[in-house]
Amino acid sequence: MSALDMFIEGLSWVFIVSGSFFAIVGAFGSLRFPDFWSRLHAASISESAGVILLLVGMALQAGLTLITVKLLIIGIFLFITGPTATHAVANAAYVTGLRPKEGTGLEAPKETSTKTEKPKSKVKVKSKPATKRRKPSANGKTRANGTTRSKG
Amino acid sequence: MFAVAAIGLFVAMLLVLIRLYSGPTLYDRVLAVNSFGTHTVLFIGVLGFLNGRPDFLDIALLYALINFVGTIAILKYFRYRAIGDMSPVTRKKETGL
Repeated sequence: MSALDMFIEGLSWVFIVSGSFFAIVGAFGSLRFPDFWSRLHAASISESAGVILLLVGMALQAGLTLITVKLLIIGIFLFITGPTATHAVANAAYVTGLRPKEGTGLEAPKETSTKTEKPKSKVKVKSKPATKRRKPSANGKTRANGTTRSKG
Repeated sequence: MFAVAAIGLFVAMLLVLIRLYSGPTLYDRVLAVNSFGTHTVLFIGVLGFLNGRPDFLDIALLYALINFVGTIAILKYFRYRAIGDMSPVTRKKETGL
């Protein structure tokens, strides 16, 4: 085994191990994060970093063959559809009325409590006609905030 | 090396599966399904390399296609309560057209 082969072997080791590390990190984040919107962020880590690193590692392992072409096709496809699917999920959640909770870090540090509570009350007022219109369903909790038709 | 990646991806899939089971909202579950599918694509590829049969990549590509279409179909179904064309009543109620 020449030095170049050993170098490529070690490089693919690094790529594959770090790719699976990022996959675990993304999965762990999507398990532990408190909010849907932060879970979106965590899932996108494993969908970009994990996919790219693992596929590059596998391509280095395969060499210049048809397998690398297949890996490239899979990579391009996942690179296009991953953000598209994530955007579709986020857009659906936003349209239905899911909003990020204001965490303790997001609250204004000064005593401007009246200003920060204004948008909250707005959302509540908007949600009332939506609950009347909607039939109660299994996932009524998410629908209760919903303003499906207000944007048209 | 591929055994390490396979174990790592398996653990990641289990974690995503826990989120899929316990997601409080529908969108958490859809996101978990999508993430699980991406992990599955990688897992199939790694498993092919582990067995010395990289032809598994065709299956992985097919799984990626189905995963994307399935996610969009689930989202569309829960938005409009229909996958194909909407019934006229539903369309009037949802879009006002």
